[in-house]
Amino acid sequence: MFKDNIASCVRSLANEESVALDRRGFLRLSVGTGAGLVIGAYIPVKSATSGQAAQAGDAVFNPFVTITPANKVIVLSKHLDKGQGTATGLATLVADELDADWSQMVAEFAPANAALYKNTFFGVQGTGGSTAMANSFEQYRKAGAAAKQMLVAAAAQAWKTDASKITVSKGVITDGTNTATFGELASAAAKMPVRDTVTLKDPKDFIYIGKSFPRLDQKAKVTAAPVFTQDIHLSDMLVAVVARPPRFGAKPGSVDAVKAKAVKGVIGVVTIPGGVAVVASSTWAAIKGRDALQVTWDETDADKRGTAELLEEYKALAAKPGLSVRKDGDAEKAIAGAKTVIDAEFAFPFLAHAPMEPLNAILAFKDGKATIWSGSQLQTIDQSVAAAILGIKPEDVAINTQWAGGSFGRRAVYNSDYVAEVAHIVKALATDKPIKLVWTREDDIKGGYYRPMYLHKVKVGLTESGEIAGWHHRIVGQSIMEGTAFAASSVKNGVDATSVEGVSDTPYTIPNYEVEVHNTKFGAPPLWWRSVGHTHTAYVMETMIDEIATRSGKDPVAFRLAMLEKHPRHAAVLKLAAEKAGWGTPVADGVARGVAVHESFKSFVAQVAEVRIADGRAKVDRVVCAVDCGLPINPDNIVAQIEGGIGYGLGAVLHSHVTLTDGIVDQANFGDYEVLRFNEMPTVEVHIIPSTEPPTGIGEPGTPPIGPAVANAVAALTGQRIRTLPLAIHKLAAS
Amino acid sequence: MTKLLINGREVEVTADPDTPLLWVVRDELRLTGAKFGCGQALCGACTMYADGAPIRACVTPIESVAGQAITTPEGLEGRVAEAVRAAWEKHDVAQCGYCQPGQIMAAVALLNGKPTPTDTDIDEAMNGNLCRCATYGRIRTAIKTASETLQG
Ligand code: FES
Ligand code: FES
Repeated sequence: MFKDNIASCVRSLANEESVALDRRGFLRLSVGTGAGLVIGAYIPVKSATSGQAAQAGDAVFNPFVTITPANKVIVLSKHLDKGQGTATGLATLVADELDADWSQMVAEFAPANAALYKNTFFGVQGTGGSTAMANSFEQYRKAGAAAKQMLVAAAAQAWKTDASKITVSKGVITDGTNTATFGELASAAAKMPVRDTVTLKDPKDFIYIGKSFPRLDQKAKVTAAPVFTQDIHLSDMLVAVVARPPRFGAKPGSVDAVKAKAVKGVIGVVTIPGGVAVVASSTWAAIKGRDALQVTWDETDADKRGTAELLEEYKALAAKPGLSVRKDGDAEKAIAGAKTVIDAEFAFPFLAHAPMEPLNAILAFKDGKATIWSGSQLQTIDQSVAAAILGIKPEDVAINTQWAGGSFGRRAVYNSDYVAEVAHIVKALATDKPIKLVWTREDDIKGGYYRPMYLHKVKVGLTESGEIAGWHHRIVGQSIMEGTAFAASSVKNGVDATSVEGVSDTPYTIPNYEVEVHNTKFGAPPLWWRSVGHTHTAYVMETMIDEIATRSGKDPVAFRLAMLEKHPRHAAVLKLAAEKAGWGTPVADGVARGVAVHESFKSFVAQVAEVRIADGRAKVDRVVCAVDCGLPINPDNIVAQIEGGIGYGLGAVLHSHVTLTDGIVDQANFGDYEVLRFNEMPTVEVHIIPSTEPPTGIGEPGTPPIGPAVANAVAALTGQRIRTLPLAIHKLAAS
Repeated sequence: MTKLLINGREVEVTADPDTPLLWVVRDELRLTGAKFGCGQALCGACTMYADGAPIRACVTPIESVAGQAITTPEGLEGRVAEAVRAAWEKHDVAQCGYCQPGQIMAAVALLNGKPTPTDTDIDEAMNGNLCRCATYGRIRTAIKTASETLQG
């Protein structure tokens, strides 16, 4: 999601690496920027809500590892787990270095404290950009190794033996004569001085890393345990829903709350900057109250453009030079002298994230201190936004991070929009009762923070022999990063790297390559959506390359491989996916294969989709995927993320779009904002490239290739090159 | 006052008779297993049973199910439910997990009616339950595993 520098932050797998302690007892890490691991000096304030408040007797080894007298190892995840298996992944790293037994591992979320828990790539506490494993890989292993060292020291002292005689395996500590569990030695061990080195395992000795272990949150989720923000009830809690303006940029004008207040259970109606909140004793009362509310909106600053108008504007912009992103050689000249020219325009719609759990957050403000319960994905920003509204210091805002029912980017918001809403409500009501803000699905679909609409205009000149002579590429759309805290690292000379990623850094060897961008403004705020810029750039690049191959009479896989000579990891996944899919072998009648390969978040993914046309629609039967995400920490979780990434991307490519008429969103719920349903899920086969490279992203990289792989198969079947998404707006016919 | 029979227990609730069952169960009875996903019978997250048949609790007024035996995910018991939950764990189905109580309710209802469902039966029974994490493939596998366990 964010422009990162994983390669420079994560070194190769440390082998017997020693790390020095400085005089204040801070373990200095050799990775990342200031990834300080405080050992032994800090007592974490654990999540009060999950009912797992720190118990007396729990032994705190470091900010990441606590061991209970009942022999449980609690790993505090600094990252939100919104379904990607992150918390289990971090626990795996600790468990391995600690030589714990898997059955004793527990995952919980860390409190908001950027000093201890920042994402070393962002500098703030937050999750995104598929960075969780990459930025924590050494940090959590070191936390586990340090805790093990302290347990061994405590055992040596208790048994009056030399530490070198002690071994630890599957949660049991022994010197051959005595044995103890972690729980038995934990309180003594936590008081042990931290020695000046931790030694990390040689990767060949990993016991959990690289193997598939079930998720630690699986049981709770299968038994319908209350783990989500939506499930929390606090005593005296009130529920708020907010009426927001139908057009982006409008503000509340006059409010007639008489009927709303007459609804049984409604307690108050307050105006906040972005809307009018109805506060009630129950969710249903708040919803009914909002239905009865009459608001006249001040539309002075409202954006009244619809998607049709925007498209016209974007097309006009695409005809003009934009900001230069990359210029190799002279594309225009090369195209002018080419034998054939392909002139293509692609249009991508706004997309809502539509996580299964609609947005929500609880905030309680009492005695100058605020507590938030939320599936918080950018804790540091949530803290500072709430603090500024409430007039307190960010450190006086505690966050109890909850398991999130999905996010796909929506819970990581540069302005903490929904946390700001609940803070404004609490402030306007001047209440010390906890307020739970609930968004309905309609609020979610109509609420903005979309994957922006983009237009690509691509001109490619081909030589007589069908080689690319020149490539000219203009992208038009909203910048996601401009104006946010992430602009400093992502926007250079007006060019937002996330608008052009995937095009600007194409792996293909293309002479005379030119890329430009136009940044546009629209009332609906833009936001990163699972795989960000790659959601559209992969589609354009991979369908164009495919079209060029086909027009030149070349095999799409061989054509790509010839241009990927300098990119062995791209080539390797492409070859593997093609081989496993039986590329070039016959398929069933009415079925065609399409291929795509794309790098995102430092991971390489190739997919071959088998598609047929039924009732004018594309039906995807099977997807064969090859992935290289560095060292695979938990292979089954990688498979799950690829399956999920494919399903999420496929739903959007087939069905989803947010459109606007006169500035008002046309869709409202899953009836008109359609997403992938059960019977549309293809069989997914995932092949993981064995690797000892540092682990890279997996939550997002499965998404970008599926659209172009399917579109390329559709073209093979129908001859139709679909350049406006979603596919559902086109009637497809097998030729 | 509306009398409801929830997971075998009789309760009297004060909510208006047209209040959706989902909100009474979640907010008043504090049983949060059934989830709010869409409020419009479009996603299946709120699936409960009324006299054993799956219903969308988000659009079911309490007055329409007074006297019927309501089952929420918390009250889902028995051999089929156990086999389904075990299969879900075996295949590590849940990602974010938010849709899963509804998925499990739908799967158990399917297996109650059709102990050895075909792929088409599974598609039909599960198509109303959305999963934004797209765990559909694993759900299909887990339903088949549960079916085998129950036959075995
Ligand atoms: S919440 Fe009832 S079907 Fe979606
Ligand atoms: S597991 Fe996340 S919505 Fe189904």
